[in-house]
Amino acid sequence: MTERVEICLSGSGGQGIILAGIILADAVIREGKSVVQSQSYGPEARGGASRAEVIIGGDELDYPKINSPDILLAMSQEASDKYLKRLRQGGMGILDSTYVGLPSESGVKVFHLPISSMAITRLGREMMANMVALGALVRITGIVGRESIEEAVRARVPLGSLDMNLSALDMGRELAIKFSSQ
Amino acid sequence: MASVMQMARLMQGNEAVAEAAIAAGVNFYAGYPITPSTEIAEFMARKLPLTGGVFIQMEDEISSMAAIIGASLTGAKAITATSGPGFSLMQENIGYAVMAEVPCVIINVMRLGPSTGMPTAPGQGDVMQARWGTHGDHPVIALCPSSVTESYELTVRAVNLAERFRTPVILLLDEVVAHLRERIILPAQEDIKLINRVKPAGNDSSYLPYRPIDNGIPPMSDIGGGYRHNVTGLVHDERGIPSNDPGVAGALISRLMTKVADYTGEIYMSDGYLLEDAEIAVVAYGAVARSARRAVKEARQDQIAAGLWRPVSLWPFPGKEIEELSRRVRCIIVAEMNSGQMAGEVERHAGGRCPVVSLAKVNGELIAPGEIHRRIREVYTGA
Repeated sequence: MTERVEICLSGSGGQGIILAGIILADAVIREGKSVVQSQSYGPEARGGASRAEVIIGGDELDYPKINSPDILLAMSQEASDKYLKRLRQGGMGILDSTYVGLPSESGVKVFHLPISSMAITRLGREMMANMVALGALVRITGIVGRESIEEAVRARVPLGSLDMNLSALDMGRELAIKFSSQ
Repeated sequence: MASVMQMARLMQGNEAVAEAAIAAGVNFYAGYPITPSTEIAEFMARKLPLTGGVFIQMEDEISSMAAIIGASLTGAKAITATSGPGFSLMQENIGYAVMAEVPCVIINVMRLGPSTGMPTAPGQGDVMQARWGTHGDHPVIALCPSSVTESYELTVRAVNLAERFRTPVILLLDEVVAHLRERIILPAQEDIKLINRVKPAGNDSSYLPYRPIDNGIPPMSDIGGGYRHNVTGLVHDERGIPSNDPGVAGALISRLMTKVADYTGEIYMSDGYLLEDAEIAVVAYGAVARSARRAVKEARQDQIAAGLWRPVSLWPFPGKEIEELSRRVRCIIVAEMNSGQMAGEVERHAGGRCPVVSLAKVNGELIAPGEIHRRIREVYTGA
């Protein structure tokens, strides 16, 4: 049994938060670990708050929701305001600086990265922001290997946009590397 | 092929139900999609035709239920999936399936009700509707999974029990379990044990469609299978012909009840966690059982001897186990996402031997471990 790690991915409906959660969970499975993924969303397809939860390891049949996340991705100000304070002490927050201001939270490690703006300027598609975020998150946290996340993306996105998704994943990784070296 | 099937996969509860249905031999699905069960219909629409089965999207849930009854009468293994509002509409025909002894499976993914309630929010408010939703005295088999893997296993079991007992079987998921994605290793097809309804021997001139054999269950002839017979929701004799005879009626209703009641040992399923030395027992099912498991573990860290009892077959309810539990624990706490539907049942079986406390939540949120832990502590210190 591996130690339980709780990851919360949050933002607005339409940003691909839930798909990012499913892909991350899929990558965890590929590494032979147990995972529970769930989501919370309203009845509307776009807009409104969106949240995906990924819990790695822990006891089987354990509580399937997050208590206090070890890792947070927030892609909207609302999400950041709501969830950053719930981060476990010493946890990591990855915030999309396109929509989220620099917070004053202490006791957590904050990565303030231009996730959506990178998807817009480099790929011309804001839709790809979820993959940029995933690339950065995987690089920063090391919770799954690069190969596993790429395999999961291959398995879960439509073939027509696969290359663009993989490039977005790479961009996220570069973003994380650049940030860490600053 | 087998090695591919046995790989660990990430799968949603609803998807596991649909995969399992096909593995269990289901070849007919009729339904009207409704949140939070829609993925089952989507999956069946994609996959069932590939296996030679039939998928029909019906105009509503009344006709969906009618369609699976019709299909089952011709020999198909038939299921439908719905949520609260649709489950309400299905009730009349569920009674028909009970009376006409038609095997079929109804999957009800519970959301917060009443009425259209909160479509994307979990609930467990249909526990008593599953038991008593259709009118008249009737047997009910209802199973309730707590995980994706168990959703798979219980779907196979539901199809098998329907065939075994010639009666509708209800699978009660809650929205949390239905939408959860978890790691699952699917069994190889050859490892899945299937039960098929007993059919009459061919050319048996003495065959009567409603004459039971030794286990109280009549062999079932497919419509179009060579035997001409009548099917009705009215009280009927062994030929299937309507009857107003009190003797016929009494015998039929009793047999419908006992054909299941006499075999509850085959149906009962439950699960215990840290119960051996427990002073406080938490009773929970579905997703709430997972919150309860965490709460029990946390209570143990506070040196409180708590344990979890989880009914998997909600109906018939394994009441004997509660009876036994009530003799050795100080208190039973029933945690559920309704206003105490199962708490009443537990209280009945506890028979006043220990207090039964209801922890009821009806706001569309899964009960958190902390809420159960707090109640355990209150009961422990207050008792």
